[in-house]
Amino acid sequence: MSGKPRLEGWTCPAPLRNYPTIVLGHGSGGLMMADLIRHLFAPALGNELLDQMADSTVIDASSMLQAAGEGARLAFTTDSFVVSPIVFPGGDIGELAVNGTVNDLAMSGAEPLLLSAAFILEEGLPMETLARIAESVRRACEAAGVKVVAGDTKVVNRGHGDGVYISMAGLGVIPPAVRIAPGLGRPGDAVLVSGTMGDHGMAVLSRREGLAFETTLESDTAPLAGLVKAMIATSRDIHCLRDLTRGGLAAALNELAAASKVGVEFYEARVPVRPAVRAACEMLGFDPLYVANEGKLVCFVPEGEAKAVLIAMRAHPLGREAARIGTVVADHPERVVARTAIGGSRLVDLPAGELLPRIC
Amino acid sequence: MTGRDAGKAMKYLDEFRDGKLTRRLLDEVRKTVTRPWKLMEICGGQTHSILRSGLDQLLPENLELVHGPGCPVCVTPLELIDKAIALAARPEVIFASYGDMLRVPGSGRDLFSVRAAGGDVRVVYSPLDTLKIAHENPKKQVVFFAIGFETTAPANAMAVIQAERQGLRNFSVLVSHVTVPPAISAILESGQAGVNGFLAAGHVCTVMGYWEYEPLAGRYGVPVVVTGFEPVDIARGVLMCVRQLEQGKAEVENAYARSVCREGNKPAQAVIRRVFEPCDRAWRGIGVIPGSGYRLREAYAAFDAETRFPDVRGILTQESPVCISGLVLQGLKKPSECPAFGALCTPQAPLGATMVSSEGACAAYFRYGRHADSPMAREVRA
Amino acid sequence: MCLAVPGKVIEIYSANGARMGKVDFGGVVREACLDFLPEIEVGDYTIVHVGFGISRLDEEEARSTLELLKEIEGSVEEAADKGSAHEAGVARSSPLTTRERLGSAERKRRPSG
Repeated sequence: MSGKPRLEGWTCPAPLRNYPTIVLGHGSGGLMMADLIRHLFAPALGNELLDQMADSTVIDASSMLQAAGEGARLAFTTDSFVVSPIVFPGGDIGELAVNGTVNDLAMSGAEPLLLSAAFILEEGLPMETLARIAESVRRACEAAGVKVVAGDTKVVNRGHGDGVYISMAGLGVIPPAVRIAPGLGRPGDAVLVSGTMGDHGMAVLSRREGLAFETTLESDTAPLAGLVKAMIATSRDIHCLRDLTRGGLAAALNELAAASKVGVEFYEARVPVRPAVRAACEMLGFDPLYVANEGKLVCFVPEGEAKAVLIAMRAHPLGREAARIGTVVADHPERVVARTAIGGSRLVDLPAGELLPRIC
Repeated sequence: MTGRDAGKAMKYLDEFRDGKLTRRLLDEVRKTVTRPWKLMEICGGQTHSILRSGLDQLLPENLELVHGPGCPVCVTPLELIDKAIALAARPEVIFASYGDMLRVPGSGRDLFSVRAAGGDVRVVYSPLDTLKIAHENPKKQVVFFAIGFETTAPANAMAVIQAERQGLRNFSVLVSHVTVPPAISAILESGQAGVNGFLAAGHVCTVMGYWEYEPLAGRYGVPVVVTGFEPVDIARGVLMCVRQLEQGKAEVENAYARSVCREGNKPAQAVIRRVFEPCDRAWRGIGVIPGSGYRLREAYAAFDAETRFPDVRGILTQESPVCISGLVLQGLKKPSECPAFGALCTPQAPLGATMVSSEGACAAYFRYGRHADSPMAREVRA
Repeated sequence: MCLAVPGKVIEIYSANGARMGKVDFGGVVREACLDFLPEIEVGDYTIVHVGFGISRLDEEEARSTLELLKEIEGSVEEAADKGSAHEAGVARSSPLTTRERLGSAERKRRPSG
């Protein structure tokens, strides 16, 4: 069923292969759009649910819940992806979109199952690029164990859209007795991170004009549901999970601190950072704490369970460099404070906005 | 930050971030100081390092470390920011700038919002990147915002030299260079800030050497210690400075000898002299300090953006009437003494450059002040 | 104005009439212009600001400075760089100092006049 998009063998008088790039017609609901769906999207993403090709896909939710057990709940999320460049070292926007949506679900302890995918394509986008992205979506879905069951395509004028924007919604099932939420952090909880900080942000930035390095920095985009599953199997008492995206560790810790109305204290020296990422940050004047990730999480878990959860994380391929970096405290609620390597302290505030390199 | 993954340490950087060594040096400082002293550093990079490491929290109570006007972002005159904004908004212009400048408020808006409104504003890491942009966009005019202290002047000058060599007709620079010794002189001359000793900026001195500070130390009786940027370097600079003060000395010492020598980098200085000449320069919030800036020499006037775009000349600037950045920059007032501080003026909605720049004193106070009452900070100070 | 990072020169070549080098910053390699450092060689360390080397790092000086500074006596291991969440406060150094030794080394480096 899945395979490379087929660009030969047409019934349409203007087959897909005659259009090396996306044009407005591909979004207008006619033959061209049908071709695009049939010959590019469907082969990449198709499954029995998507193949219903109806206006809405019908899902048997009660079976899904029953299969998970009494007390299971649904988790639902949406996320949009506007990264530029759309292809970067370590991945592309397609993979990013699937993993990002899957991770949103995983952070509430859910097993991700179904996704929808809406593509907004810019007129002029090379067909080959779109095919590549569709293929990435397919591979990422397979790796994460999810299916795209509903889709949409629109085309916007040249000059808008950065090539392609992807918007996804995701549905998952939270197993019984799993309660993980941003507001459940408690003083005394250990603060754990699943690995190195800043990988994705530096990978994307390093592809931007003028900031390129000879060394390739790779994005860490990855689906975290498997890691979370392993963590939950070790402890049913995990309080909070947050996947790191824009704003990096600093944003995630601040968000959890605010939601739980607690303070956070951590040791800078304990935060894992790849040497290449650190060197790149030093050169441009970035703080790795604020640089984006796409395949890492932060966890608040009661002190007593911390060691076991950390071991479980390190046993998983996506958590090999997991570390305990600090503790949730009752002091300075909603503020995150870092102990520096020299024994000083500094407030780690929410990031101001876009990260900019500096000379000063 | 070292991180647990210390497999490949950054050599000649990490060793100078050693926590133990820094603490020992600061303990020595504590033991050395017998009277109140006020030291000033004039370098955004040092300010940044001090705040990031929390080093200022570890100084003895009677030693005050003041941040002088060492951030080119903070001191670039409002008029030049407004000119930059006007140029960036022109449809035929690609405006290239170091990242630091993007959020600095002009009279009305900042470069960031010009970009949001459709202006082609590009952030560069190196001035050589701007030449590439000019080659790739022959139909556009590339204007480069050449800001900085003496550290950046050779690089900015090189861009102009290369542009000439490569025959680029669509490249020009908007110059806003400032130099340090006249600023120190002005601060000492005014006497109001009560500064007892200076930590001189290590990378400015890498380029210019430190011989220029010798007459200043002599004339005003103030020790000057050339200092690096990592916590060990800064602690050492502070120690050497207070030692001099306690011993009644007023000399220039070099605590960053791995990068700095008395004469500085001659080839770099030659490039500066070839392209630039000293001029009077207005420092935002402070006023004109004679001879404290660089401007393009006549031979390179063709690359001056202000000449190429004459209609940006008559710009009317409007500084916020409330903002006292100038007084803060001179160490005369603390940010907390400003009526707008933390209320009308915050990092998200800054009135002046000292609140925008992450090294700006006001932004620093804003962050630290919100944190100063936390038990961790109190414990650290104890 | 100040952000400059040390790196090791691993290659030197000419480009567009300028002396350029590949510099390894301990994890990341980037090109830098070495026009201000005509005597720098492959294997040397340089401090790079906005894509330009501004000094040749004196490794001997760096090493001897660190050695000297380490001679300041310290007693208990500081908690700061260990980073255990349970540690509170920071240990103090012992009263022994090497003030004179440090002072005399500094005198050698001071400029004359």
